[in-house]
Amino acid sequence: MTESTQLIRSSDTRTAAQIAASHLKRRHAAERRFKAIGLSAVVVAMTFLGLLLFTILGNGLSAFTQTYVKLDVTLSPELLGIGEQRTAEALATADYGGVIKDAMYKRFPAAQSRAEKREVAGLISSGADMALRKALAANPELIGTTQTFWLVADDTVDMAIKGYTSRQTGQEGNRLSDKQLGWLAELEADGGVTRRFNSILFSSGDSREPELAGLWGSVVGSVFSLLITLAVSFPLGVATAIYLEEFAPKNKWTDLIEVNINNLAAVPSVVFGLLGLAVFLNFLGMPRSAPLVGGLVLALICLPTIIIAGRAALKAVPPSIREAAAGLGASKLQVVTDHVLPLAMPGILTGTILGMAHALGETAPLLMIGMVAFIVDIPASPLDPSAVLPVQVYLWADSPERAFVERTSAAIIVLLIFLAAMNLGAILLRKKFERRW
Amino acid sequence: MIRKTMAVAAVAIAAVAVTGTAQARDQIRVVGSSTVYPFTTAVAEQFGKGGKFKTPVVESTGTGGGMKLFCSGVGPDFPDLTNASRRIKSSEVEFCAKNGVADIVEMKIGYDGIALANSKKAKRVHFTRNHLFLALAKDVPQGGKLVPNPYTMWNQIDPSLPAAKIEVLGPPPTSGTRDSFNEMVMEGGCKSNADMKALNLDDKAHAKACMTIREDGGYVEAGENDNLIVQKLDANPAAVGVFGYSYLEQNADKIQGSFIDGIEPTFDTIASGKYPVSRAMFVYAKKAHVGQIPGIKEFLAEYTSEKAWGKTGYLSDKGLVPMVDAERKEWATKINGLENLKM
Repeated sequence: MTESTQLIRSSDTRTAAQIAASHLKRRHAAERRFKAIGLSAVVVAMTFLGLLLFTILGNGLSAFTQTYVKLDVTLSPELLGIGEQRTAEALATADYGGVIKDAMYKRFPAAQSRAEKREVAGLISSGADMALRKALAANPELIGTTQTFWLVADDTVDMAIKGYTSRQTGQEGNRLSDKQLGWLAELEADGGVTRRFNSILFSSGDSREPELAGLWGSVVGSVFSLLITLAVSFPLGVATAIYLEEFAPKNKWTDLIEVNINNLAAVPSVVFGLLGLAVFLNFLGMPRSAPLVGGLVLALICLPTIIIAGRAALKAVPPSIREAAAGLGASKLQVVTDHVLPLAMPGILTGTILGMAHALGETAPLLMIGMVAFIVDIPASPLDPSAVLPVQVYLWADSPERAFVERTSAAIIVLLIFLAAMNLGAILLRKKFERRW
Repeated sequence: MIRKTMAVAAVAIAAVAVTGTAQARDQIRVVGSSTVYPFTTAVAEQFGKGGKFKTPVVESTGTGGGMKLFCSGVGPDFPDLTNASRRIKSSEVEFCAKNGVADIVEMKIGYDGIALANSKKAKRVHFTRNHLFLALAKDVPQGGKLVPNPYTMWNQIDPSLPAAKIEVLGPPPTSGTRDSFNEMVMEGGCKSNADMKALNLDDKAHAKACMTIREDGGYVEAGENDNLIVQKLDANPAAVGVFGYSYLEQNADKIQGSFIDGIEPTFDTIASGKYPVSRAMFVYAKKAHVGQIPGIKEFLAEYTSEKAWGKTGYLSDKGLVPMVDAERKEWATKINGLENLKM
């Protein structure tokens, strides 16, 4: 050390102040470089995030509206095939599709051949009869009258109106025929085409027709699964964390357990799915595709996160609190339940919510227990078959229909909103209950 | 407060677990091929809309995985039907029989073509299966022996092909589409190759040489998602993609099907069997479950009705290529009579 400084002195003719200044300059430069690298890392990360949000919003926002077509429908009892009957049962099984087709043929009398009639009827969704069924069930008086309905358009029409597919006639490869495009233009000129909020997306289950497909079934499935996950993993996780942190003796057994818990947090989630298949389905005989089993599997995934976060939160409570309570004669259990746990709660809750957010996004483990499935009915209990939100994203992304592209992005937006809400909850909880020493 | 919720939760879970084990099923369950999934789900949805029965649950597990689940036993814990993008194998029939699944009803539902396509921005291509074999095999016959595939440009194989880099985007080996592609295109092309015949390989070596796809970048595994392949083709006009016919039909404004052995992939050429790369698709039903699980017979009747699998039925809108009239009729009587599978 002294040798080197002598070396500098002997070979350097600059004054000490000059040397200090040049060192300072180098140190400042290093700091600026580090700042620049850090800043550019942030910029890159933000660019990727922005790009992701931009493409998803760009693709998905249009799915929140749906094209409707205005049609005057004559609700004659003959066409409905119900004769003089007006019972609820007769109304439920009446031929609403036939009535809609008839109304479309009347709207476009030029369509005469069978093929043309098929094309005319193809402009309206095969699920448009739901609107009629609802209207007649609410008011059977309408039978025999002519009413104006806004009916759900077919997904090919929807795509053309939204500008995703070409509306130029005479082109090869159009999903709509030239005639259909002509009829559509005619309808539009009469003000018979509109885009409305896509309420179907938020109220119905899955469907193979993009215009009828909804997220509600998978939202309910996700909520059921997460409730089960919370009910299982929170008490188990907190109890484990408290025992390991406050009560367990420090020996090689507890060390081993700790290492294992940390390892468990890094196990690929599909492994938990296989475990769920073997234990919950094959051994315990629980139903396939049920949110109950999904929730239990997700609870296993959440558990290590909650334990690790819980232990960190317990550790952060100052020992003085424990000592003061013990000094006043509180038992070990009283110290924990009355003093340490309430103070550690914000940290534990934050960890729990982050673990749950992780569980919300999982699909791989659910594949093994049959939750990656086409399920139309909305689940009424955690025992009914059900999908979850990320599974719906996966299934729609794989569907050939063009209209599912925007709906996939819409489903991702809904999933992201869920995640953002949960993370916001974590932040608010922390802010509200956090204490500083 | 926390102790109370914990206790309530524990009791609730215990109760649910106990009832869960003792539950009978009133809903049809289908597993199997992801290729048949779009068709079976469409039928399931229509069937559920009828209102008499619950909508069947359809899982997409792949043909092989579906067979395994289907053949594992009889009872409400096992699926009632399975989708398959190929015929059931005799080994699978044996496995079924071993687990008590003796009577199986076979249902051929129609055909699916495997299309090769490129972006509309490029020229349409006319392939023969021999071209595709030479372009995609790992080793090709040259000068009386197998050598690592030397071709990098299409026109090195045949001057009639475009002067573009060989770049084929297709499904990974886990996909049923890849199995069919190997079987029909690679093996088909291999058999028609005169140099290959001259090599006089034994069966095993022949099959290996035919079915092994190159790994030097000529064939790009683009994942199971066919939509992704369509998007990549749109962005890269020089590339050729491999996927199911229904994706070609849905995206006909962006991509065009290539001719194979002079035949274009269209609805009619696949239905008539002229298009060389098409396969039959099947659904298998467990006879022991008919009458136990409500609605299986009715579900089969819905599947085989003209409004579903007919020429203008809703399945054809989803991309299924129906069988010809006589074949449909024959199968419909067989299926609705619950005739046993004959290998």
